[in-house]
Amino acid sequence: MAVETLETTPSSQTARATRRRPAALAPKPRSWSIPKTPGGWIVLAVCTIATLGMLVPVYVIITTALSGSTGAPNFFLAFPDAPSLDAFKGAWTKLHGSLANSLQITVPAALISCLLGSINGYVLSKFPFRGSNGLFTVLLVGMFIPFQAVIIPVFQFLNMLHLQGSIIGLILVHIIYGIPITTLIFRNYYEGIPSAIIEAASIDGAGIWKTYFRVMLPLSVPGFVVAGIFQCTNIWNDFLFGFILASPAAWPATVTLNNLIGTTTVDYSELMAGAVLVAAPTVLLYLVLGRFFVSGLTAGAVK
Amino acid sequence: MTTSTALPPAPVSPGPRPKKQVPHNVKTSRRAAWIFAPSLLVSFLFVYVFIGITVYISLSNWKIGTSPDLSLRQPFGGTYAEIVQEQRFQADIRNVVIFTVIFLVLAILGGLIAALFIHHVSVGKGLFRTVFLLPYALSFIVTGVAWRWIFSPSTGVNEILRSMGIENPPGWTTDPTILGALNDPSGTDFLKVQFGIPVALLPIIFAAAWQLVGFAMAMYLAGLASIPEEHLEAASVDGANVWQRLRHIVLPQLWPSTITCFVLLLHVALKIFDLVVAMSGSGPGFVTDVPGIYIYNYLTSRYDKASAMAIILLLLTLAVIVPYLIRGYRKERKA
Repeated sequence: MAVETLETTPSSQTARATRRRPAALAPKPRSWSIPKTPGGWIVLAVCTIATLGMLVPVYVIITTALSGSTGAPNFFLAFPDAPSLDAFKGAWTKLHGSLANSLQITVPAALISCLLGSINGYVLSKFPFRGSNGLFTVLLVGMFIPFQAVIIPVFQFLNMLHLQGSIIGLILVHIIYGIPITTLIFRNYYEGIPSAIIEAASIDGAGIWKTYFRVMLPLSVPGFVVAGIFQCTNIWNDFLFGFILASPAAWPATVTLNNLIGTTTVDYSELMAGAVLVAAPTVLLYLVLGRFFVSGLTAGAVK
Repeated sequence: MTTSTALPPAPVSPGPRPKKQVPHNVKTSRRAAWIFAPSLLVSFLFVYVFIGITVYISLSNWKIGTSPDLSLRQPFGGTYAEIVQEQRFQADIRNVVIFTVIFLVLAILGGLIAALFIHHVSVGKGLFRTVFLLPYALSFIVTGVAWRWIFSPSTGVNEILRSMGIENPPGWTTDPTILGALNDPSGTDFLKVQFGIPVALLPIIFAAAWQLVGFAMAMYLAGLASIPEEHLEAASVDGANVWQRLRHIVLPQLWPSTITCFVLLLHVALKIFDLVVAMSGSGPGFVTDVPGIYIYNYLTSRYDKASAMAIILLLLTLAVIVPYLIRGYRKERKA
């Protein structure tokens, strides 16, 4: 096992030494101060007012959700006289099954599409072959197409596999249409990892796969966090595929939430409580891992 | 077909980036191509082949999903000729154009202004940034139900308008009014809708801008962070005021961010579906109908019409995306 020892000692040291994060991920030095000029105060005032404005819909969702089971307040900005969680009980009864579906769809689809994207990104950035850039561009088109342009064949295809309306079918579709974006994110991420690591592994006699599993994968945690958050948010928030492809038993939470809007009257307090439940996972992800979320955004933009 | 182009043995250092590239032999190059091939094949099938099938359906007589009829419709392309004359189709095109233009202006300008202010604020930068980007983490359905409530005619912003003395505030998503109508459709045979700005679209545009202004802001903040401080300092030393520095240094450097925002937000706007479903649906006289909803509605009864509209939507999207991707590809080759 000479190869083994050679590989684990020097190259993992190189790996540790070069575990350089992309600039967007590096923690920024915190520097702040009270504004010193009138202009500084104006900037601060404008930012504060605009931010409060952005928060109005959030305030509206939360206060309406807290207004209890009486339907809805008479005015959207009104704070409930007696805040209660009753609306959440109703919303939870109607939504918990779909929330579970969303979770069952999101987690495997995000994981698998990230893994495939990581392998593709690794090959494209570290072992470019003739025509690989062009083929990558061909792959990227899949990220932007309106899914309506493929939905009929997708529907018929799932029928053929007897997966129509099922959670498995939705997972499959999300994986397939997630490959371009995850490939893009990982390709950009791996560009930031020095090729010297691959060369070292290759001199040690490791092939493409061995280098991937032993060297690249351990270095990929930040990449997986960025792509994972991006994919989880996208898939959790998906409506189109769930709406068209899923049977009621497999409805994701976004579809059930939309169905809470009645045809004649809308129970806004229950609807807003439902909106809070559907929004909570992605908002928490965003608030806890915001830095990575922003990296995903900028990585997802083709440069 | 796609794999065979990738497979011919590559020379030792092919490709656009010889500097960064790992020296490897023909065998690894071939293995690399094989590793990438499955993903490419799957994408080829699910994107390109499936689009081809949709094109074929749009030219066929297939109407009801459960009873396939793959004969070609006569005359050729009859479904396209049929839908472009529809009032609903024309309303959809008007709506998607109006939606896209106003939404892009609001989101991009809003994002730019927000980024300029937030970049220069001395305290609370992280908090402001977090709040502006928060809506981006939400589903369009969540955004839609919230804004539906905000613009609900009897309990929403109209209460504020009434208290300001406006007697008859608009009915928002239920209002059939077209602002600044350009034509009177009753006089012509072909045009069946009034071109102008449907009042009912405005709440949907506001909601979309609220959700995506943070995206533009994040792109611009990244752009602002990459402008070298020395350039700005040098300009101040030379006596350039804030406005001149903005116009001659900052804005030109932000051009790449603008292009990215423009293309990515434009394709979101063209494809808009969930938000409209949650806020209004088609609306009275199709004032808020968009291609996405049109396609959905015909999925049960008219495969041919749904497919034709989907292809038109696809072409609109590709007209924006393909030049952008080719530009990215060319830049890579140069780098």
